[in-house]
Amino acid sequence: MNKQFTEHSNNPGAAQIIKLAVMAVGGQGGGVLTGWIEAMAHAQGYVVQATSVAGVAQRTGATIYYLEMAPKTDQQPIFALAPSAGDVDILIAAEMMEVGRAVMRGFVTPDRTVLIGSSHRALAVSEKMAPGDGIADAEEVRAAAEIAAQRLVLADMEQLAVEQRSVISASLFGALAATGALPFPRAAFEDAIREGGRGIDASLRAFNAGFDAALSDDTDRDEKTEQPPEITGPARLLRAYQKVADRISAMPPPVQQMASAGLLKLVDFQGYAYGAVYLDRLDRIIVRDSAEHDWQLSIAAAKYIANAMAYDDIIRVADIKTRRRRFSRIRGEMGAEPDQVMQLTEYFHPRAEEIAGLLPAKLGAWVERRPKLMARLGRWFGKGRRLRTDSLPAFAMLYVLGGLRSYRLKTRRHTVEVAHLEAWLDRSLAPLEEDYALSVEMLRCRRLIKGYSDTHARGLTKFDSVMNGAQMVRGRKDAAEWVARLREAALQDPEGKALFGALETIRSFT
Amino acid sequence: MAERSFKNEVEHLRKGDGDVFTGEGILALTKALLENGVGYVGGYQGAPISHLMDVLSDAQDVLEELGVRFEANASEAAAAAMLAASVHYPIRGAVTFKGPVGVNVAADALANLSSSGVTGGALVIVGEDYGEGSSIMQERSHAFAMKSQFWMLDPRPNLPSITKAVKDGFELSEASNTPVMLMVRIRSCHVTGSFDTRDNVPPPLTVRDALSTPRSDFARVVLPPMSYLHEQDKVQNRWPAAEKFIVENKLNDVFDPERAPLGIVVQGGMYNGIMRALQRLGLADIYGNSDVPLYVLNVTYPLVKDEFDRFCQGKEHVLVVEEGQPDFIEQQLGSFLYKSRSSVELHGKDMLPMAGEYTGQVMLDGVTAFLKTAAPEMLPGTVRAPNAEAPQIPDLSKTVPIRPPGFCTGCPERPIFAAMKLTEQELGKHQISGDIGCHLFAALPPFEIGGATMGYGLGPASNAAFDGGGERRAISILGDGGFWHNGLSSSIGNMVFNKSDTVAVIVDNYYSAATGGQDVLSSRAKNETKSTNNPISAALKGVGVEWVRQIDRTYDVGKMREVLHEALTTDYDGPKVIVASSECMLNKQRREKPLRSRAISEGRRVDIPRFGVDPDVCTGDHACIRLSGCPSLSLKKLDDPLRDDPVAHIDQTCVGCGNCGEVAESAILCPSFYQADVVHNPTRFESWRSQQRGKVMGWLQSRRDAKRLMMQ
Repeated sequence: MNKQFTEHSNNPGAAQIIKLAVMAVGGQGGGVLTGWIEAMAHAQGYVVQATSVAGVAQRTGATIYYLEMAPKTDQQPIFALAPSAGDVDILIAAEMMEVGRAVMRGFVTPDRTVLIGSSHRALAVSEKMAPGDGIADAEEVRAAAEIAAQRLVLADMEQLAVEQRSVISASLFGALAATGALPFPRAAFEDAIREGGRGIDASLRAFNAGFDAALSDDTDRDEKTEQPPEITGPARLLRAYQKVADRISAMPPPVQQMASAGLLKLVDFQGYAYGAVYLDRLDRIIVRDSAEHDWQLSIAAAKYIANAMAYDDIIRVADIKTRRRRFSRIRGEMGAEPDQVMQLTEYFHPRAEEIAGLLPAKLGAWVERRPKLMARLGRWFGKGRRLRTDSLPAFAMLYVLGGLRSYRLKTRRHTVEVAHLEAWLDRSLAPLEEDYALSVEMLRCRRLIKGYSDTHARGLTKFDSVMNGAQMVRGRKDAAEWVARLREAALQDPEGKALFGALETIRSFT
Repeated sequence: MAERSFKNEVEHLRKGDGDVFTGEGILALTKALLENGVGYVGGYQGAPISHLMDVLSDAQDVLEELGVRFEANASEAAAAAMLAASVHYPIRGAVTFKGPVGVNVAADALANLSSSGVTGGALVIVGEDYGEGSSIMQERSHAFAMKSQFWMLDPRPNLPSITKAVKDGFELSEASNTPVMLMVRIRSCHVTGSFDTRDNVPPPLTVRDALSTPRSDFARVVLPPMSYLHEQDKVQNRWPAAEKFIVENKLNDVFDPERAPLGIVVQGGMYNGIMRALQRLGLADIYGNSDVPLYVLNVTYPLVKDEFDRFCQGKEHVLVVEEGQPDFIEQQLGSFLYKSRSSVELHGKDMLPMAGEYTGQVMLDGVTAFLKTAAPEMLPGTVRAPNAEAPQIPDLSKTVPIRPPGFCTGCPERPIFAAMKLTEQELGKHQISGDIGCHLFAALPPFEIGGATMGYGLGPASNAAFDGGGERRAISILGDGGFWHNGLSSSIGNMVFNKSDTVAVIVDNYYSAATGGQDVLSSRAKNETKSTNNPISAALKGVGVEWVRQIDRTYDVGKMREVLHEALTTDYDGPKVIVASSECMLNKQRREKPLRSRAISEGRRVDIPRFGVDPDVCTGDHACIRLSGCPSLSLKKLDDPLRDDPVAHIDQTCVGCGNCGEVAESAILCPSFYQADVVHNPTRFESWRSQQRGKVMGWLQSRRDAKRLMMQ
């Protein structure tokens, strides 16, 4: 428990006012929650005042609602209109970064604040925009909240509410009731929901869920149990697969998990024989690696060779789009009942490049060398297509395309991908003898290649820039760090401004 | 149709003697107007007084019963001009708009009104949009009161004080023949509380009656030489009359318990905050009984010297708590002290910041600093010598992302800016100026479109310097609200007259959406009391725009892009105006959702679209998000050791607007997006066909699955 320390705790005048702030993201229903609390306090014989800043509240911005209340007497208390740092008794934050914002603004203090937060994330645009992983670190916020709050209740209130087909205001209201931070009985809370009308039953269920979650003391943490996927199929294929998979047990233990994941991905992509090719490539790296460096090179190779070999071509996309599991997954996500019909529209926009890539290797290369032909391909195929995969013609077309797996290894695309893969591996492993870490970082640069069409092209350019940058720093002691830095920079913005800056820095000292 | 309906609440407006009103500040203000015999009301919406306009609009039955005329004015200037009715007629009038931008727009009419002077009480209720949550530049309306010499009320922020200020305002206005501005800060507009009501009073003379006996008096017209006389009248008669009324009716509050040697002068609106600071220092109780004398300026202009001098008697230190800059009040009070040759030490902006909102912490710090100088013995020991150290809380400023407001889920403006971003990727960056309205959110990431906003309806006007054209045409944005507010003349008329070679995009979402979805002239809804359905494109043609392109579905990104491209590259060198129309999704959902639920429960066929992303197809490059920023299009971390970056994910808040698919198609992004339409109550044929299809597909799927390995 945190110690008492500030001046106002010994001031009886101020202590009679309960101060409660709600920090939410616009559109979350902070107003509903505020309304419930206000009505309840009123019904319980309190004088209460609520304020909000409407306007931006609707439109997804961060927003604050604020309430003050005091037992009713013959005198009217004077309430403040906004929360003050260090002077908030209860803070409800309806999203994890809003928990952080509350702490940051000083509304959560160890001497007095009960902090009720939802651990779910509503990502800010800045987090979503980054081409890499721009998601803010929730653990940092959790750690700060644990220090700042006198008492902390943190759970995924959004999930609890959604499970009850309700909204987060109800589960947060339940958690508030459970903390006992307001001097009102549980029944008073439930009455406020009933008085409020609209969706009463769902709200009460979510209230209940929030109430229980707050009492179950252990603030939630992600605990996912890893279960290896179960593999089914014809016995002959299973036996063949097992033979390939058994090779992994001969690999160094730290590499095995990634190698298994990689193998599964490639078997799914093309088949067990293709998986065996993957393991051959990996084996050639493992023999050059050792336990001295915790097998980092092999782990990186296991991951990125698998990704490189499972490139995104039309065949893969068509295959994924026509799988049975996908249809049931979407039905579940959309909440479609068995008696309801679901229509599915896919948004495709193939380009001449994808069509040429699908041709036999030599023919494809021949076509690609002829700009006029490519332009014609673009005119024929290259337009936005909406395919109704719930209808037979579109499904059949994708089904046929998805079935071209046996032909895939003969395509132009496959030749290009293999060449690129080999070149990347060669370049990455070249400095291995003198600078192990640099080789690892260069392997990891494969992460930059992703997306389709323009995005893919930009990714390739960035990849090339970083690999060239690696060439420039080769021989330096901190070469590996520089490559890691270049890669992170490349993932910061789509245009590659940060990457350009980092490369300029390198040029300035080489 | 406004964002929020007050239909239920307006019944409270019928309360009478002996009743208690409990509710929001905005509604209380409306009630007070009716209790004080107002004859006509009007205004222009905008935070924080949008709801006041919505309340008035929803209260038209009550208003009509009393014979009160309500006008939803075309702009703040129109609202202020409406107060002209109180110049010659003894009718009380009240208008409302936001300050200070609304006051800027209304400045001309306010100045003329102040010069003419009024016979009936004229009240301008200004929602001062300052500090956190404000949507405009940080300025004060106070300056306008000083320059035009109308009086300014800034009541304590509780319902009894605010409603009393309405009564005081009308009476002060009539006693001094001067319009009065009643300022309510952003939070007091939405503060909830209670006050004792009185019966509503019908206006003694209605505007209808006035039309039967018209009046005029050229001495009231702002023309020389009468205008010279108006100025003399202001200082010789109206001002002293106002001061007299303020003192005699004790409009300002003095809380001076025991003639202490120090005091605080505070704007009425800041009273609660200063009381909280004193409470926290142990110098006041929660009911406002304070050890420190207070002079509360419920009237911030004019300041009354005698009253201030009396407060200062026997005091050595006085602190002025005046939010915002410049320090008009402090300067005036300092001048009073100087002229009285007083020895009182005046503090204010030396202990409180010149700029920025006076939050609780700022006021606590300011009062503490003042007491350390003026009366250190009054401070509690913990403040004078703190002995406990606060625990270190980790700095999260680098972790927590900013979260500015943005386009709502399904907003029809998103595809317009996605198309514009794509056009810019093709043709290069353009000079783009924005306007006021939701579309200004395009200036923020991920679009970052537009570099200026000069005022409501002034988007195209602020590109006027570029009217002559150049290598790349300038683009300006204008909303439908801005178009009707001021844009038709100041922006479009200006373009036509000056033969502008620029492009204007009018974002028509059927409402004044940013202020809460009020109807405008071009709204598509049927409105009982207003004329709607007047197309923007007709107005454009009427004013002489020849190149007009109307887009009736903004979600068609390809079309939008094509039209933009045409406007930017056509040989035509006159003004090019694109009207991009689709209904505001917030309003559309509010309108359609209940209808849809009813249709489903009645067994009618309803098709509900929503978008999704195939996680295996998405590579996590987030290019789609950089062309969208939709709240429902977010990211998800996959439980896959091979994946570094989170993939796109669409949550259940998606309204199926179609932007994701259109953008993926137009920008050639990736094939991960799909649209799933769940058909509720399908027809029998549909169900049958779906079953047959399912059988065939199932057979094909089983056939393929039999030949490969499957991971579950």
